[in-house]
Amino acid sequence: MQHYNMDLTLKVWRQQNRNAQGGFETYQVKDISSEMSFLEMIDVLNEKLIHEGGDPIAFDHDCREGICGTCSMVIDGRPHGPWKGTTTCQLHMRAFKNGETIVIEPFRANSFPVLKDLVVDRKAFDRIIQAGGFISVNTGNAVDGNAIPIDKDDADNSFAAASCIGCGACVAACKNSSAMLFVSAKVSHLALLPQGAPEKSTRVAAMVDQMDKEGFGSCTNTYACEAECPKEISVMNIARLNREYLASSFNADK
Amino acid sequence: MPDAKIPAGPLETKWTKYKSSVRLVNPSNKRKIEVIVVGTGLAGASAAASLGELGYKVKAFCYQDSPRRAHSIAAQGGINAAKNYQNDGDSVYRLFYDTIKGGDYRAREANVYRLAEVSNNIIDQCVAQGVPFAREYGGLLSNRSFGGTQVQRTFYAAGQTGQQLLIGAYQAMERQVALGTVEMFSRHEMLEVVVIDGKARGIITRDLVTGKVERHFGHAVLLCTGGYGNVFYLSTNAMGCNVTAAWKAHRQGAYFANPCFTQIHPTCIPVSGDHQSKLTLMSESLRNDGRIWVPKKQGDNRIATEIPEDERDYFLERRYPAFGNLVPRDVASRAAKERCDAGHGVGTSKQAVFLDFADAIQRYGKAEVSKRNLGQVDAVSVTQLGKEVIKEKYGNLFDMYEKITGENPYVVPMRIYPAVHYTMGGLWVDYELMTTVTGLYCLGEANFSEHGANRLGASALMQGLADGYFVIPYTIGNYLADEVGKSHISIDHPGFMEAEKKVSKHLAELMKINGKQSVESFHKRLGKIMWDKCGMARNAEGLKQAIQEIRALKKEFWSDLRIPGKIDEMNPELDKAGRVADFLELGELMCIDALERNESCGGHFREEYQTSEGEALRDDAGYMHVAQWEYFHDQWKLHKEPLNYEVVKPSQRSYK
Repeated sequence: MQHYNMDLTLKVWRQQNRNAQGGFETYQVKDISSEMSFLEMIDVLNEKLIHEGGDPIAFDHDCREGICGTCSMVIDGRPHGPWKGTTTCQLHMRAFKNGETIVIEPFRANSFPVLKDLVVDRKAFDRIIQAGGFISVNTGNAVDGNAIPIDKDDADNSFAAASCIGCGACVAACKNSSAMLFVSAKVSHLALLPQGAPEKSTRVAAMVDQMDKEGFGSCTNTYACEAECPKEISVMNIARLNREYLASSFNADK
Repeated sequence: MPDAKIPAGPLETKWTKYKSSVRLVNPSNKRKIEVIVVGTGLAGASAAASLGELGYKVKAFCYQDSPRRAHSIAAQGGINAAKNYQNDGDSVYRLFYDTIKGGDYRAREANVYRLAEVSNNIIDQCVAQGVPFAREYGGLLSNRSFGGTQVQRTFYAAGQTGQQLLIGAYQAMERQVALGTVEMFSRHEMLEVVVIDGKARGIITRDLVTGKVERHFGHAVLLCTGGYGNVFYLSTNAMGCNVTAAWKAHRQGAYFANPCFTQIHPTCIPVSGDHQSKLTLMSESLRNDGRIWVPKKQGDNRIATEIPEDERDYFLERRYPAFGNLVPRDVASRAAKERCDAGHGVGTSKQAVFLDFADAIQRYGKAEVSKRNLGQVDAVSVTQLGKEVIKEKYGNLFDMYEKITGENPYVVPMRIYPAVHYTMGGLWVDYELMTTVTGLYCLGEANFSEHGANRLGASALMQGLADGYFVIPYTIGNYLADEVGKSHISIDHPGFMEAEKKVSKHLAELMKINGKQSVESFHKRLGKIMWDKCGMARNAEGLKQAIQEIRALKKEFWSDLRIPGKIDEMNPELDKAGRVADFLELGELMCIDALERNESCGGHFREEYQTSEGEALRDDAGYMHVAQWEYFHDQWKLHKEPLNYEVVKPSQRSYK
């Protein structure tokens, strides 16, 4: 692959804190290598800002290998930027051309308040898990790992749902700021396994209830979430959630 | 010398006997006892969940925005357990033996045996929590091989095993949050241990959103804060991984053990330029199917697929026929470095070797043809079928490789090079996981205990979960039984007030340097010194130079650092500055430890001590001990814990 260098214009959302008024600032960066990751390009800009006595851009990031779910950002209108199935930290600069202007914003949703610049608060996701995203088994209570065989397809589908990294791109992508893809991935992960079956119906009801309390919007099946999900979580999980939810509502005594 | 408190009796019965005689805390008393857990990776989350389930009042802290993001999540390949589901001769003893040998006879027998014993409980627990491990068509759990073993004992979930295990532990912990037994503080960094009357009684933290410095009480404090590989700047660790919690504990009296024992992982994506901010691992599981080679000719610039078979050197298979590509990490890393240093490296930097899947693709393709009974099939279809199998096994890793390098590893071999990955050293702990500060425990990668001088693949996840789920819930009771009836110490106690003052002073000192250079630039320079002189190969001369260079760099840091912003706000530059300040001190200690250990063992390779074949040459008479460093006013005093091998007979490690 041919490597090249580029000069870019960046329009970045700056906001001092949660309560401050934010706005876009424009920056120029030069000699950015196509081999850099997107975040390394921001590192270059931040080093320049620090050197000039300015305030570097705050952004969330940690593993930089696409698995921790910390990084976010809306890049040119798309959560995690232009590459399909890719987190911001795995996006590389060969996705851009010399002379381009890139617009960088935080994830936007009422349930994800901005803390500073591009950093948002996603604690609402932890609270949804607390409501029921688990199997109630204390340490030491387990039977042998092979005691209950699990159909390989169920195990594989469960794994596919469980590969959600909880980044919140689905919420940022949705015009209603719905968290249905995130919630349905967790409901599916656990409902597909025999170990998760006993709590199936209470789990889905409690998680949906908490999702509503957090102020996430309704799902209107536009599938923008699936299109932008860096782990390509399928909207089939939403169908499964709806089925589980309906079944649970017939279970009035639970 | 601190007592390691290893129970008496035969190796096989030590843990069982300990468990049945250890003191207990009754349930109504547990409710009155508070435990602080710092770090929410596999060790921390599993400990917080288990202690919460037992009824203790737990406060858990992490610097990330959610406990689910701790760097355990990035572990790819798998977790070991001695289940022997494959009927291939595995046992608790064999897992114990492989781990001791893999660690080059520098780990404690009793700890490692306990780890092997509880390994099976971990798998059971994780399955019960809903961890979706890979399964066979019959519905049973699947296994694969990892380095340094000749059995298949590694359980996995594609290339995302760490993620799945962490989510399991995280969910168990969030369940306790909902039940009110665990209180979670995310975006909080621990900046001091509070020691009152010789016992750890709490911590001082900084809220990374508001910048507020806070005091927290606990009857006991658990540090589960991971390894310190980021001292090298470039490593496979997450950007935020740091030594700060462990280092503050060290400065409060906790001994630091074997700091120079660093694991350099053989299969990482090579550095592409000066802009590089971190390195990405390609899982060891790839060595199940990938073959490592370099061109036989020096400086061969042809592309890989144009180099004929007889002009390739599969150097691991050549040097270590018994284990081949699955030798332990330290051995594989050194062998790759040796070939590159000898002029056989590939790629533009020449600091890389090939990891090639072409053979595996053909082998799997043919197997699919026969499995599906397809009869005569053309070569293109065989290749296609083989690629599908490889995709199922390692798809996410191949995708990640392509995103980073822009090359398609299904078509051309991967280019890989060793990188800093894990630290075997850490805070010294006794058999109960307590440090030399009473009431202060250390779990997971942050402690030193199980892996000796080299960790085997798929054993870090095992240790983190063993410590959190199955060891600390027992051993902490032995200490807390004495705490029953002792009341909560007010956070207005002078001990807390002084600790808070110290932290605030440290933060203010960092801010007021007001120099010109960024934290990042200092960190990079420290990393280069460490990698060049305390990395894959070390020698006395280089280490002495490194110590001087680090001292000079530390001076420069404290006189020319520039941190923008303020203390009482979200300030990632200030967060990083505190971490790098601690790395500068740790780096010096690592070099001192490496210089003191006049032998080669595991990941610690002193060039002066090698066999005629270039293998690590141990000195058991002189160095069969754990080096324990005690901090004393910017200097260190060395103590030694002798290692007694009662069951395994140490010998020159051979994987030939």
